Amino acid sequence: MKALKMSKPPDDAIRDILRFSLEKKKVQAVFSLSKIEGNGYAYALISNKELLSNICPTFPLMPVNSAKMISRLTAVEAVKSPIAVVLRPCELRALFELVKLEQAKLDNLLFISFVCNGVFPIKAMKDGLDGKLEKYWENARIGQDFAELRESCRICESFVPDNADIVLMTGGSQNNDTSSVLMKTQKGEEFIEGINDQFVEEDRELKGLDNVRNRRAELKKTVFSDLKTEDFGIQGLARIFGRCINCHACSKACPICHCNLCHFEAAESESDPSTFEVDLNNRGALRLPTNTVFYHVGRLIHVTISCVGCGMCSDVCPTDIPVATVFTKIAERVQNSFSYVPGRNVEEKIPILTFERDELEELGE
Amino acid sequence: MDGDFLPRIIGFLCNWCSYAGADLAGVTRLKMPPSLVPIRVMCSSRVDPLFILKALLGGADGVLVAGCHPGDCHYQTGNYYTRRRIALTQKIFSELGLEVSRLKLAWVAASEGARFKKVVTEFTEQLREMGPSPIGEEVFL
Repeated sequence: MKALKMSKPPDDAIRDILRFSLEKKKVQAVFSLSKIEGNGYAYALISNKELLSNICPTFPLMPVNSAKMISRLTAVEAVKSPIAVVLRPCELRALFELVKLEQAKLDNLLFISFVCNGVFPIKAMKDGLDGKLEKYWENARIGQDFAELRESCRICESFVPDNADIVLMTGGSQNNDTSSVLMKTQKGEEFIEGINDQFVEEDRELKGLDNVRNRRAELKKTVFSDLKTEDFGIQGLARIFGRCINCHACSKACPICHCNLCHFEAAESESDPSTFEVDLNNRGALRLPTNTVFYHVGRLIHVTISCVGCGMCSDVCPTDIPVATVFTKIAERVQNSFSYVPGRNVEEKIPILTFERDELEELGE
Repeated sequence: MDGDFLPRIIGFLCNWCSYAGADLAGVTRLKMPPSLVPIRVMCSSRVDPLFILKALLGGADGVLVAGCHPGDCHYQTGNYYTRRRIALTQKIFSELGLEVSRLKLAWVAASEGARFKKVVTEFTEQLREMGPSPIGEEVFL
């Protein structure tokens, strides 16, 4: 595979490539995680190459899942002239799901991604990551777990981007001062063509990452089995979602949850005397806010088939409900039962949006 | 006690087949337990799993979704989508330790009044054996 060897850290390497592409007018703008003021980080669309010093694509934070942002930019109309998009593997997978759900368009987008070592919870933005970054990159290099990262990242096995045009190697016994840039597609090769750096033939089929994957798989097994979802029943559901305050932050942060008119925010979800009196008669009490179990199980039914396990939902939960742990576990089971891997192939249909005539004959008498 | 227990079933019946089948069962005066509350939908694929969930959380003992036989859908393919959706919903119920068999999918054609009676009678019997849904007993949902 063709690779570009650059003797600088990943963020600098990406910055160089993006500056080159803006100068050569290969793209009209770039999209990347960027440093704002103070400890603020956000995604930004940048066309002025002087502002590229702000970008920090591999900085270990995910303030929002960027698939949602790309969806906002492209849901109505495809991008007209090229934009280079730098994003994490789970964000790219989520974006593919949104394309299948007709909530985003990929035309004129070029994707740059990297081997993801995980991110810190967004609350880390408040105090900054000074003093933690060094350990983060050292752990990434030696393939060590880091307990301060999001649980979703620590148990994620899909940290190598499958569908990006350009992939940067990070971590996995990689020297952090040199970067290998792999051109995965023709589009990626054309994008980098003409850059003044050293090209090498490289076979980096991501050795050394198996250990990381195996370790994460082990941890995932423990986390999932400790959760005991299969024993929940209605009591367990009432218990685990008992401290839900119905803020809907998890659905707002979820890249897959996309309905503009959400059932759970519609007037029909409110309780008026005619409905709460029924509850008072039947159960003798009514929890407020209402419908929390309904909301979470409803969301499980709606989104788990496409859930990419990004962990945004847990990250934004003000009462620390392990939303992502429940969702990723159920998602894994549901997706397996349909032999479906979300974000794998943008041409593939989401299983509930298609069917086979001869199947599931045991269902429906 | 159990003998007196009459389960409450919410039935989502498709307009073109199952609702007509239920109607036929009625006009032919077939006798069946008065356990089913029918809700007419234009197609079984109109049934968002949220409807099913809402019924069960509201204390229904069972939910029946009934549509045209596979291949006979008035809209050609609606019931195939329904089948996948029910499979998905049941899978999630079972992963959460909820009783999967309280959700039933059945195909009943417009001419099958007797079949409608059979489905309702057997489902009622099954739910009677299972007893009242534990969801109805849980207070703070």
